[in-house]
Amino acid sequence: MAGTDQSKIRNFCIIAHIDHGKSTLADRIIEMTGLLTSREMQSQVLDNMELERERGITIKAQAVRIVYKARDGEEYIFNLIDTPGHVDFNYEVSRSLAACDGAILVVDAAQGVEAQTLANVYLALDHDLDVMPVINKIDLPGAEPERVIEEIEDIIGIEAADAPRISAKTGINIEEVLEQVVEKIPAPGGDAGATLQALIFDSIYDSYKGVIVFCRIKEGTVKKGTPILMMATGARAEVVEVGYFGAGQFIPCEELSAGMVGYITASLKNVKDTRVGDTITNAQEPCTQPLPGYKKVNPMVYCGMYPADGAKYPDLRDALEKLQLNDASLQFEPETSIALGFGYRCGFLGLLHLEIIQERLEREYNLDLVTTAPGVIYKVYKTNGEVIELTNPSNLPDPSEIEYMEEPIVKAEIMVTSEFIGAIMDLCQERRGIYEGMEYIEETRAVLRYRLPLNEIIYDFFDALKSRSRGYASFDYEIAGYEQSELVKLDILINKEEVDALSFIVHAGTAYERGRKMCEKLKEEIPRQLFEIPIQAAIGSKIIARETVKAMRKDVLAKCYGGDITRKKKLLEKQKEGKKRMRQVGNVEIPQKAFMSVLKLDDK
Amino acid sequence: MKPLELYIHIPFCKKKCNYCDFLSAPADRRERAAYVESLCQKIRSFRELAEAYCVATIFVGGGTPSILSVWQMGQIFRAVKETFWLEDSAEITIEVNPGTVNADKLTAYKGMGINRLSIGLQSTDDRELAALGRIHTYGQFLETYSMARAAGFQNINIDLMSAIPHQTRESYEKTLRRTAGLAPEHISAYSLIIEEGTPFYEKYREGKNASDLPDEDTERRMYEDTRRILKEYGYHRYEISNYAKEGFECRHNLGYWERAEYLGIGTGAASLIENRRFTEGEEPDILSREEQMSEYMFLGLRKIKGVSKSRFREEFGSSMEKIYGNVLEDMKKKGLMEEEGDYVRLTERGIDISNYVMSEFL
Repeated sequence: MAGTDQSKIRNFCIIAHIDHGKSTLADRIIEMTGLLTSREMQSQVLDNMELERERGITIKAQAVRIVYKARDGEEYIFNLIDTPGHVDFNYEVSRSLAACDGAILVVDAAQGVEAQTLANVYLALDHDLDVMPVINKIDLPGAEPERVIEEIEDIIGIEAADAPRISAKTGINIEEVLEQVVEKIPAPGGDAGATLQALIFDSIYDSYKGVIVFCRIKEGTVKKGTPILMMATGARAEVVEVGYFGAGQFIPCEELSAGMVGYITASLKNVKDTRVGDTITNAQEPCTQPLPGYKKVNPMVYCGMYPADGAKYPDLRDALEKLQLNDASLQFEPETSIALGFGYRCGFLGLLHLEIIQERLEREYNLDLVTTAPGVIYKVYKTNGEVIELTNPSNLPDPSEIEYMEEPIVKAEIMVTSEFIGAIMDLCQERRGIYEGMEYIEETRAVLRYRLPLNEIIYDFFDALKSRSRGYASFDYEIAGYEQSELVKLDILINKEEVDALSFIVHAGTAYERGRKMCEKLKEEIPRQLFEIPIQAAIGSKIIARETVKAMRKDVLAKCYGGDITRKKKLLEKQKEGKKRMRQVGNVEIPQKAFMSVLKLDDK
Repeated sequence: MKPLELYIHIPFCKKKCNYCDFLSAPADRRERAAYVESLCQKIRSFRELAEAYCVATIFVGGGTPSILSVWQMGQIFRAVKETFWLEDSAEITIEVNPGTVNADKLTAYKGMGINRLSIGLQSTDDRELAALGRIHTYGQFLETYSMARAAGFQNINIDLMSAIPHQTRESYEKTLRRTAGLAPEHISAYSLIIEEGTPFYEKYREGKNASDLPDEDTERRMYEDTRRILKEYGYHRYEISNYAKEGFECRHNLGYWERAEYLGIGTGAASLIENRRFTEGEEPDILSREEQMSEYMFLGLRKIKGVSKSRFREEFGSSMEKIYGNVLEDMKKKGLMEEEGDYVRLTERGIDISNYVMSEFL
C-alpha cells in the first residue's frame, strides 16, 4: 500500500438518530463496493457481535476499508468507521469521530430531524467534521424528502438541497451517496514524512496476535519494526504487523502513512496499554505533543456479580478476565456476600455497559448470574480521619464512625424542544437536580443545564427522559466531582433476616419512599412460599416499611381432560423453571431478578 | 392381551360455557354428521393396533356427546365393537348435559352397552348456573337424573364446581348436600379455573370484577368442605378431585394417573401407547425412562392413596428412594408428603399445593 495518494482516501463515519437506517446504509455501501456479495453478507456487517446485532446498537467501534471506483474513473479508498451508539460510550464515540474527516448524516424521510440527529451533528461539528446529509427511507409511504431537506437547512443549518434521496433498504441511489463522499468529504491531510502521531480509537484482543490497535495515522508513517510508544500509558513495543480492515478480516500491508486508517499489532498483551484516545508515536523520535482529547475512562457504576451456582465461581473469574482483555473499562475484584456467597464487585462505564457484560457472561460463557443493584462510588469520611471509597453498600462503616459522606455529582446538559422543558425540569427536580441555567439554541430548542447526583441518573434517568419528552430530549453528562450529601444505607430484611445483597445507599430525603417501594416490589417479585414471609426495609435498627408475602395458595383442581397430560406437564415445567431461577436465602427462595429490584422502583 | 382405555371426543355443544376452554363448539347438523362419519373411519383405522388389546374402559367425552342423535351414537359404538375386543365388565361412560337427553335416548344408550353416565351439573343454584353460561337449570337436571335412574343406570357421576361467580360457602354446601342427597355413585368436584381464551378470562383477568368470585381463603375452605360433607354421605376421596361410594371409583380416570395405555380418538384427543404420548395430528412424544418415572410420580400422586414403591421397582428396576430419595426427604420434611406401608402420598397440605410438590419430580 506504499505511496497511497492521500487525495484518494476518504475517512468517514455515519451518524443518525436511532432507527433512521445507519447500519443498513453501511451494509449497502459495503455491498455496493463489492467487498462482499449480498449472499455472503450477514445483515449489518459492522455490528458483528451477536449482542450488538440483537440490540441494534454498536458497542465497540468498527472499521472497514472499501475500494470505490468513482465516475471520474479513479479508485478511492473509503474507511468507514462505525461508532458506538450510547451515552455510556460517549468518550469512545468522540475518539471514533476524531479519526474521521467527515460524516454522512442519515435522516429518515418521514421522521425528519430528531433529538439524536442534532446531538450527533453537534458532536461531529465539534470534531471539525464535514457533514454530508442523506435522506433515507424515501420508499416509505409517509416520506416527505422535500420537507425534511428544508428542516435540515432550517434547524441544523447545513446545505441539504442536493442531499441524495435514498432507500438503504432497497438500494435506491446508493451510488449517489458514494459519489458525494468523493466530492464532499475532504481528503485527509498530514505529512507521511513527519514524526509519527496516530490516534487509537479502539483496540481488541486476539489470542494469536495479542492486542490489535485500531488507529488513524495523523502524521508520519508506521511499519513493521517501528518502535512505538503509547504516550499516555507509557507502554512501548515494536510493531509486528500493520494492515487495514477487510470486511470481517484483517489484511496486512507494508506500512500505514498519514491519512490512513488501519491496525497495528505489536505483541502487546493487554488492552489496558492501548487506551482509546491515546497517541502512538515513534519511541525513538517521539512527537512533542500528544493528540488532544485523551481521557482515562474510569468505571462509574458498580455492582456485585455472583454465579447462581457457587461452584462456578472460578468460571466467572475466567470469563471476566477474558472480557477484560477486550474491555479496558471493565474492572472487578472478589467479594463475599452472606446471601450470595463468593462473587465479584464489578465496575462499569454505565448501566448499558453493565447489562452488556452481564448478557455476554450469560450467553457467551454460559454462566447463570445473580446481579445486585448497581451503585456509584461514595466517599466515606470517617471520624478517625480515614477516607473510604465505597463501592459495596455492605462495607459501609457503622454510622457512629462516619463523619460525613460524599457522592459523585455530574454536570448534565439536556437538549429538549421547548414544549417539554417543564416536564424535564420536573424530572430533574425529582432527581435532586440543581438548576444551573438554560439557553435557547434556536426558537424551539433549548439546552438545560443541571447538576445531578450520579446515583439518581444511573438507573432509569435516560428512559424517564425519553418518555417524558416523547423521545425528543437528548442527554449528555460529565463528572463534576464529589459533594457532601445526607446519605443512609437502606437494609432489606426478608423473613427477619438482613439480606446483604439487597442493601443500597440512598439519599436520606427519599429513604422512606424508596424503602416502601422496594418492599412493594419485592412482594411482587418473591413468589409465595410454604409459609408467610415478612419483607421489611430498615435504616439501622429502625424498620421503615413492611410488606408480607402470603403463604402459597392452594392449587386449582383442574380437570385433566381426556388424558391431556402434556398440558399438565407444561404447567409443572413452568413451575419448576421458576424454582430454578431462585436463590435460597435462609428459608426463603428469592428469584434472582429480585436482586435488581431497586432498578425498577420508578416503573409505572 | 393388554388392557386399553378408549377415549372418544365429541367436540360439539349447544352453546359454549363461559369458562370452557376444551375443544368444543356449537355446530350444525351437517357438520356433526360429517364428524361422526370420519370418526367412525378413524376408529376402524386402528384395527391393527386393536389386535393386541382388550378394551377395559370407554369414555365418550366432549363437548356434549349427548347432543348427537341416537343413530349417530349407535354408529360410533358399532365401529368400536367391530374394531376392538371389549372386556365383559368394561366400564363404558358417556357425558350428558341436562336438557340434551330424554328417556328414549337414555334407554338407547343402555342398549348400546353404556353403563355409566356422567352428568354435568356444576351447581344447584340457578343464578350460579346462569353466570357460568350453562344451558340448564337445577330443575332440568333433576328431571334428567330421574330419567337416568328410570332407564336403569346404576352408576352415575355428577360434576360439580367450586369457586364460581356469586358462590358462597353456604351456597356451595347446599349444592354438595343436595347432590349427595340424590345418592349418585360418584361425584367429581373441580374448582373453576379462569383460562385464557374464555369469556371469563376477559371478564376476570388482572383482578377485574374480583368481588364476584370467592376469595382465596373461601376457596380453600370450599375444598375442605367438599371432603367433610361428602364423607357424611358415604363418599371417599380417591383422587384429588374425585369422590366415590366404595367400588365406584372411575376406572377410566384412574387409568390416566396410573399410566394405563389409552387411545384417544377424535379432534385433539390425547393418547399414551407404548410410552409414546400423542395427540391426533401431532408428532408423538417418545418418553424416556426418566420421563416415565417422573410421570409415574407426578401423575400417581393425584391418587389419594399415593404411589406404590414396589410397583415402581417392578416397572423401572430401581427403587423409588434411589431415584427420588432427596426430593422425598425434602417433601416429607416440609410436611407435604408422607409414607404409609408401600405407598407414598401427599399430605393434606401437599394436596393444597400439589403443583409445587409434583413439579419436584420433573
